[in-house]
Amino acid sequence: MLIALSMLIFLMLRLAPGDPIDAYIDPNIPMSPADLADLRSRLGLDQPLPLQYLGWLQQALTGNLGYSIKRLDQPVLGLVLSRIGPTVLLMGTALVFAVIAGIAFGVISAVRRNSIADLSLSIVALAGISSPAFLSALIGLYVFSVRLHWMPSGGMLTPGEEFSIGDLLHHLILPAALLSVAQGALIMRYMRASLLEVLNQDYVRTARAKGVHKFWVIAKHALRNALLPIVTLVGSTIGLAIGGAIFIESVFNWPGMGLLLVDAVQTRDYPVIMGATLIIGACVIVVNLLTDITYAVVDPRIKVG
Amino acid sequence: MLARSPQSRSPGPLARAFERFLHNRAAVAGVCIAVPMLALILSYPLWWTFQPNDIDLLAMNSGPTMTHWFGTDGVGRDVFARVLEGGRISLLVAVASTALSAVIGFLFGAISALAGRWADAASMRFVDLVMTLPPVIFLLVLASIAGTGIWPTVIVISLLSWPLLARMIRSRLLELRERDFVMAARGMGAGIGHLLFRHGLPNSIDILVVYATLQIANAILLEAGLSFLGLGIAPPAASWGNMLNAARSTAVLEQYPWQWLFPGAALILAVLAINFIGDGLRDAFDPRAELN
Repeated sequence: MLIALSMLIFLMLRLAPGDPIDAYIDPNIPMSPADLADLRSRLGLDQPLPLQYLGWLQQALTGNLGYSIKRLDQPVLGLVLSRIGPTVLLMGTALVFAVIAGIAFGVISAVRRNSIADLSLSIVALAGISSPAFLSALIGLYVFSVRLHWMPSGGMLTPGEEFSIGDLLHHLILPAALLSVAQGALIMRYMRASLLEVLNQDYVRTARAKGVHKFWVIAKHALRNALLPIVTLVGSTIGLAIGGAIFIESVFNWPGMGLLLVDAVQTRDYPVIMGATLIIGACVIVVNLLTDITYAVVDPRIKVG
Repeated sequence: MLARSPQSRSPGPLARAFERFLHNRAAVAGVCIAVPMLALILSYPLWWTFQPNDIDLLAMNSGPTMTHWFGTDGVGRDVFARVLEGGRISLLVAVASTALSAVIGFLFGAISALAGRWADAASMRFVDLVMTLPPVIFLLVLASIAGTGIWPTVIVISLLSWPLLARMIRSRLLELRERDFVMAARGMGAGIGHLLFRHGLPNSIDILVVYATLQIANAILLEAGLSFLGLGIAPPAASWGNMLNAARSTAVLEQYPWQWLFPGAALILAVLAINFIGDGLRDAFDPRAELN
């Protein structure tokens, strides 16, 4: 799967009009054709496509994803790896926010069904799902850092200051909260629907009839079953979250994979695009696998294999 | 007009779907937002005094006034005209890319359903492959190849969007293939073209309509996202996305909020309205919805 994916991306990138070498040449300095050919062979761009692909694959398997065309000294793998940390931090925090808020609001909304709280939460969720990440990022940036001055407007750390956890958290909260909006809203809607369905089941009525307090019926009996679809949902929204992260990172100047990829696309830095896309693809495949496994662990009714 | 008594003839499936659609309040609200917006976007050159690229040097970065309803941007262009022009371009990109992706998706799904086991397996693996990557990543990779401008953006978005439709069409046609009337048609020597366009197309028209509506909203968002990153519609052409892109400069974000709030609001309204209509259509075409 991963190899097929890499082949597809490689082919697409090489079918691109324009020469990758353009990104490397300074247009103000004239170069002789001989110099050009020399540079081309140094970068390995003069070989036929399948050979280029095989050469790349062989190197990739040993952990060498090549070098950035744009920044010649930097190996792609190192570049990508240095960006994974911030992105995982951002997405992980956002996921925690989204899960907590989504489940809590979903439960409130299902228990107090058709109340004013339910209605207003549903409207907020709808707005959250339909506003694209870049727009909510702009609005959040405007409200919280421009108008209220609560949060810094970008970056991961204050430049020139000692590293401290507090500073990092201060920079992290706003982008993570904004990234969690879409996912949280989606989780809330599913949580509401699935809890409502569970609450209508016989065993919940039995528990109520036995005199179990309403809170414990929901917390112990209903919630466990209602959470099952959420596990799948969280796995399948990872793609959505990665997409959102790209926009959030580029608005907040967060030094993660998304920013790296956008920069690479703008400068046509093929090795970096390839490496970053491949790593993201691999992560998505692994996350999907993990979701399936978790689902089988959480729900004993599902048999593995 | 002949008066029909309700007993003599029950309404056809389309009439019933239409009735269900009218009973869906969100969908009707969507129509009520989308139709006036569409009318404004299409007719604005006839009644609005400013053109989207007209420069008013006496009013640079001016806030909303009576002459410039939505204010002006940094070089004195009227934001109202640019929002409407941006709507035109967004709509053009959305409709064109939806049409293109519907054609690709339908043909791909049809081939995979009707052209035998190997074609099916190969094309569905390909669809799986395309769907593995998060859409935005795929979009970026494609955009890096295609470059900026209206038609590259259309192609990028349609190349991204067809796999979902191909899957839905495939499953519909697989079911259809086993029906008696299709068997009869094949028995009488109908070719693949006849099967596709005489039987396949009319029987999957509901899927196509719902897909097209929801995909237009989706394409508007994708276009805005691409332009926001500077990879879609390039200035000076107006688009909601590249107007929002201007807000990435702190000065615009802080001091001239009307330059990005209005295109943002237009974007959300349009997408919400179209999504409501699409959901309404889906429920209206689904016979099971009547049970609820």
